[in-house]
Amino acid sequence: MMPAPMMPAPMISARSPEQEQFAGALHDMLGAGAGGATTTGAARQWAAGDRAPGLGLWRELAGLGVTALTVPPQWGGLGASPLDLVVCCEEIGHHALPGPVAESLAAVPLLLTALCTEHLGTEGRRDEELCAGWLTRLADGDLLATLAMPPRLPYAVDADAAGLVLLASADTIRLATPGTRHQSVDGSRRLYEARGGRVVAHGPAVTEAIRRALTVGALASAAQLLGAGRALLEASVRHATLRTQFGRPVGAFQAVKHRLADVAIGLEFARPLLDAAAVALAGSCPTAGRDVSAAKVACADAAHQAARAALQVHGAIGYTREHDLSLWLTKVRALLPAWGTQAEHRAIVLAAVGGTGLIGTGSP
Amino acid sequence: MTQAPAGAAGDPAAFRAEVRDWLAGHVPAEPLPSVDTAEGFARHRAWERELAGARLAVVSWPARYGGRDASLLEWLIFEEEYYAADGPVRVGQNGLFLLAPTLFAHGTEEQRDRLLPRMARADDVWAQAWSEPDAGSDLAAIRATAVPVKGHRKGHGEGGGGWLLSGTKTWSSRAAFADRAFGLFRTDPAARRHHGLSYLLFDLHAEGVTVRPIRQLGGETGFAEIFLDEVFVPDSDVVGPVGDGWRIAMSTASHERGLSLRSPGRFSAAADRLIALWRRAGEPADTAGRVADAWIAARAYHLHTVATAARLAAGGTLGAESSLGKVFWSDLDVALHETALDLLGPAAELRQPPDPDGRSPDGRWPDGRWLEGYLFALAGPIYAGTNEIQRTLIAERLLGLPR
Repeated sequence: MMPAPMMPAPMISARSPEQEQFAGALHDMLGAGAGGATTTGAARQWAAGDRAPGLGLWRELAGLGVTALTVPPQWGGLGASPLDLVVCCEEIGHHALPGPVAESLAAVPLLLTALCTEHLGTEGRRDEELCAGWLTRLADGDLLATLAMPPRLPYAVDADAAGLVLLASADTIRLATPGTRHQSVDGSRRLYEARGGRVVAHGPAVTEAIRRALTVGALASAAQLLGAGRALLEASVRHATLRTQFGRPVGAFQAVKHRLADVAIGLEFARPLLDAAAVALAGSCPTAGRDVSAAKVACADAAHQAARAALQVHGAIGYTREHDLSLWLTKVRALLPAWGTQAEHRAIVLAAVGGTGLIGTGSP
Repeated sequence: MTQAPAGAAGDPAAFRAEVRDWLAGHVPAEPLPSVDTAEGFARHRAWERELAGARLAVVSWPARYGGRDASLLEWLIFEEEYYAADGPVRVGQNGLFLLAPTLFAHGTEEQRDRLLPRMARADDVWAQAWSEPDAGSDLAAIRATAVPVKGHRKGHGEGGGGWLLSGTKTWSSRAAFADRAFGLFRTDPAARRHHGLSYLLFDLHAEGVTVRPIRQLGGETGFAEIFLDEVFVPDSDVVGPVGDGWRIAMSTASHERGLSLRSPGRFSAAADRLIALWRRAGEPADTAGRVADAWIAARAYHLHTVATAARLAAGGTLGAESSLGKVFWSDLDVALHETALDLLGPAAELRQPPDPDGRSPDGRWPDGRWLEGYLFALAGPIYAGTNEIQRTLIAERLLGLPR
């Protein structure tokens, strides 16, 4: 069924032509798969414990620079902008790539970078050198990393596949190892309790770094959700065009049309929030936290609406494991409350807006 | 009248400051009487003239017609400030946002010179005359006719010909008090549906015109039925080629749904007021999610519109995408006001709540305005093409679903 072709998108984008090109290259790569494996096939094998095809895709992504995006140049990375990260994570979500996406591409690099540049290591230079080494390996695509950040992120996803597992909570970052495994509704998300080991960073500055890591992780997961929502809409449109009942394509029925139109509207108006949050984060804007939360709420709602509509439009075939639609349906359900629930993010938005002209003023 | 400020727009920050200062000094402290009453209409017309005196009535128009040649982004700035300042309803909005774009795109130089400056000063307030009793969402079912006549009529110059309009138009916003109207008429009786229609302008006070005001849900005469009995229109008041009315009207409809009519300033200002109301109500948990969602949606609409404006400024065009925005803002508007009414509790049903403290922090937004705003918002999913029509357009034209 999927990967989907790029829909001739009605989306109105503030992204640069280079970023659109990058998204296109990722789309082509993930659509083609790697080493004979499709991305959906890799997701299924990942869920079954065979990570080889999925890791092959991650190596391909590293070849395109994806794993180096958020790593600073001094450790071999690209030091790219949060908008680049968003473009990339959206396309990863579009293809339901398995693996610790927001963790390895966003949150862990941020924590490691903070540890190095702000000298937070409990054992000083030794920890900084350790973190620098990990950053270099992350950039090279030689290392997958994951983390748990309780209470908002209670489990470390894919800790069995990761070469580095962290446990970051309150004012402390520890090295960790995979503990008890828990089943996620999304079989390709292998959840582990993080058993905390040696403390690598501790103190008030660590609290602040953890807060920023949660924010960038929420941004990355919002982008994944938006991409997944797009894939679900594309699949629905395709199915509704091909599937015939009562002598006509089901997509010719107004009930189906209107439901999918609502999905398109939700996705269309979530994207500007996502891009604006990335831009705010890039500029260390004081509203960045609020903006990321607004984006997460909108992208998760839009993706959830897309998932519900997709299942309904597909009918019984969508309710099966064997149909690839299930990969997106379950991923959206899993990511919806990850990196902060909708209620938590709405509360962040409300706490940040005073009720006096914050939306428009000065923005254009 | 205020002295026109020196210098055209150009520096967005300076422009914003100027607009903000001017509005702070001129927006009436107490809301004007409803625009849908005779007194209110006259007061709103006077307000338009005050705006025009400051060259703020039509900032995006060329200077020769009373504007400032402001960019689309500067227009958005103006709108944000206007709604934030709780400026009066724009009584001329049908003309300003529907007819004017059509004249810029399809009118003649003579029509623009003759009609636009009067529109900018609200010397002519325009009503729209699209719908008919049997042509609502199905606009192509129009039956009102325009029949060609030879020779001139008194007051319309020598020579040339014109048209005689007959039929019924309805749901014409502002027609009860407006001066002129624009609409579609069947000029080729043999043609069917979208063919053989023409875009004509007529005088609401002309011989043969009867206007019957219709009370709206809120009780006021916001729109009217127009009966036309051989009403003369000179050739000079046909916009675009005869028979090409559908295409010309659709370019206007896109404006109505898209950028022009619903600027994000309206929702941004309302969302901020909603948050203030929620705080004043003690931040009840049961409405927190809806309040947050209203703010997030208003911000999304703002960001989306700014991005669209930037794209249009770079030479892009707006087509069926305008349907996405129309459904989004009209649903947002209703949801936002419903949340506010829920926060007001039993007082929500009152047209004028008794609580003297029930105002926004700037003192300009009595709680009764929420009900007014709600009734206004309820029309949004219906006019400018119902949201059902819009969803069908989105599905067929943007998603490519089969007809």
